Amino acid sequence: MAASLGVVTPFTLAFEEPLLLERGGQLARYDLVVETYGELNADKSNAVLVCHALSGDHHAAGLHAGESKPGWWDDYIGPGKSIDTDRFYVVSLNNLGGCSGSTGPLSLNPATGNPYGPEFPEVTVGDWVTSQARLADRLGIACFAAVVGGSLGGMQALQWAIAYPDRVKAVAIIAAAPRLTAQNIAFNEVARQAIMRDPNFHDGHYAAQGVIPGSGLGLARMVGHITYLSDEAMGEKFGRQLPRTDRDVDGANFAVEQYLRYQGQQFSERFDANTYILMTRALDYFDPTHNESQPLAEVLAATQCKFLVLSFTTDWRFSPSRSEEIVDALIQADRPVSYTRLESAHGHDAFLIPDATYARLFKAFLDRVHREIEGAL
Amino acid sequence: MITNSQRIAEWVAHGSRVLDLGCGEGRLLAELIASHQVKGLGLELEPDKIAVCLDQGLSVIQQDLNRGLSNFRNQQFDFVIMTQTLQAIRRPDLLLDEMLRVGNEAIVTFPNFAYIKNRIQLGLAGHMPVNPQLPNPWYDTPNIHLSTFRDFEDLCAALHIRILDTDTSNLSGKGTWLGRVWPNLFGEVALYRLTKEH
Repeated sequence: MAASLGVVTPFTLAFEEPLLLERGGQLARYDLVVETYGELNADKSNAVLVCHALSGDHHAAGLHAGESKPGWWDDYIGPGKSIDTDRFYVVSLNNLGGCSGSTGPLSLNPATGNPYGPEFPEVTVGDWVTSQARLADRLGIACFAAVVGGSLGGMQALQWAIAYPDRVKAVAIIAAAPRLTAQNIAFNEVARQAIMRDPNFHDGHYAAQGVIPGSGLGLARMVGHITYLSDEAMGEKFGRQLPRTDRDVDGANFAVEQYLRYQGQQFSERFDANTYILMTRALDYFDPTHNESQPLAEVLAATQCKFLVLSFTTDWRFSPSRSEEIVDALIQADRPVSYTRLESAHGHDAFLIPDATYARLFKAFLDRVHREIEGAL
Repeated sequence: MITNSQRIAEWVAHGSRVLDLGCGEGRLLAELIASHQVKGLGLELEPDKIAVCLDQGLSVIQQDLNRGLSNFRNQQFDFVIMTQTLQAIRRPDLLLDEMLRVGNEAIVTFPNFAYIKNRIQLGLAGHMPVNPQLPNPWYDTPNIHLSTFRDFEDLCAALHIRILDTDTSNLSGKGTWLGRVWPNLFGEVALYRLTKEH
C-alpha cells in the first residue's frame, strides 16, 4: 500500500510583472499559492504540474497541519502512487481567480484598495497556463516531465501541449473534452443563474454588504454535483432511502435531498461565488479550435509531447466520446497517444476516486516518462 | 530458431509506420521499434495489457476491432499487422478491407484450421479440436471464424486482395519443410502479407 505524504505546507509566490489577459485587460501583479511534493532533481527535469478542476485548489495531496481531510487527488499523488513523489517533484497551484489564496475576486484591487469582487478580470485556460509557465520559470523548471489534470484540469494540460510544446514531455488528460458542448455550457449557466438570482448577490458586490449568496452558490453546487455523479452511483449510494436521522433532516424527504443540501451548504461556506462564475466561464470559453477556425487535428499537429487520455464509462458530463475527440485528433495528427475508457460506476467524479486499473495505467505512463527523463533508456 | 515475430519483422520495412491490431502486451511492437525503428501504434481491448504497453513507452488505443478503423485515415500506415486475432473478429472480411484502406500492406497470421492435428481431432475423433493453439471448448471460445489457408485465399480473391508473401510455422514459430510443401495440411499457423489490387 502506498504511503501518504504526511503534512504539507503551501507557500505564496508574488509575481510583479503584469499579465495581459486573453479576453482583455490585465493583472498588474498577482500572487499564486502553491504546494510542492517530492524533490526537484539536479537538472530540474522531474517536475510534474498538477492542474485543478472547477472547485479544486493547490491542496492536491497530503494533509494540512491539524486537518484530517487530505488533498483532492491524494489517492493518486504520493510515494509509490501514480504520480510518484519518490520520482517526481509535483507542483500544484491555486489558479488565478481562485479563492484559496491566489489572486482572485477576494483579493484587494491595487487600483481601488477594495476587493476585486465582480471587477476581477475574466481569465481563461490560456491565461492560467501562461501564469503556470511563469511559475515554472520562478521554480527554475525549463520543461515539465508531465502536465496532468482531470476535467477542467485536463483542459489546462491540453492547452500546455498546444501553447508550450517545448516545455512539456508528457501530458495526461483525464475525464476532459476539447471544448464544452451546448448542454455542458447550459449546466454552467444554470449554476451561474442560481448565484446571480440570490438576493444576497448584489451584482457580485456581496462582500461590501457583509453577506454571501450562500443559497445560490449552494444551489449551483447541487446542480453541478448531480452532473458529476451517475444515475448508477446515486442509486447505489442513496436509492430511495429516507433521510438519515443522525443528521440534520432540514425538511428533506429523501436521503439524496439531504445529501445534496449538505454538499451545497458545505460548498457555499468554503467557496467564493465570483470565483465560481469566473471558473465556469473559463470552462465555457475554452476552445483550442477557436470556433472551428482550425481543425483540432491541425492545432495538435504542432505538439511535441506524448499523450495519455483517460475517460470513464458512466461520465456523462465529460463523456468518453468527448475524450475520444481528442484521441482521434491526435491520431489524425500522427501524435503519440494512448487511450483507455475505464469501467467505472462513479460518473465524472471517477477521476478523483481510487480505482486499481486507472491507477495502474496512470502510473505505468508516468513511470515510463520518469525512466525516459532519467536517461535510463 | 526463427520466431513468428521475426518472420513478420522480415516483411516490415525499416522506419515504416505500423499499426498493430490486438497488440496485447506490445511484444511485437516493441521488437519492431527496437529492430526496425518503426513508428508504432497498437490497438488493444484489455486495460491490463495496455498498462504493460505504457510501461514500455508504447502508444496504444483501447479499441474494439469489431467497430472498424474509421478513426484512421486512408493509407495512414505502411503496415497494418494482426496476429492470431482474425478468427475472433465478427466480420473478418470487413476488417481486412479496412486494414488495407488505412495501410498500404497488411500482415495477417491465424491458426490454420486444416492443420493435420485439427483434421485428426475433427475427422477421426469427431470432436472440435482443442489444442494449445485452439485451447477453448466450442461453446466458450473467442475463435468464432476459424478458417484454412484455402478459405483465406478464396476470401482474398473475392476482396481483390493480392497475396504478396505467405509462410507457415508451427505454434512456437518454427517452420517445417512439410509446412512449406503442403501448407494447408502441415502449416499450423498461417502468415500472409497482403496488399490491395489497384
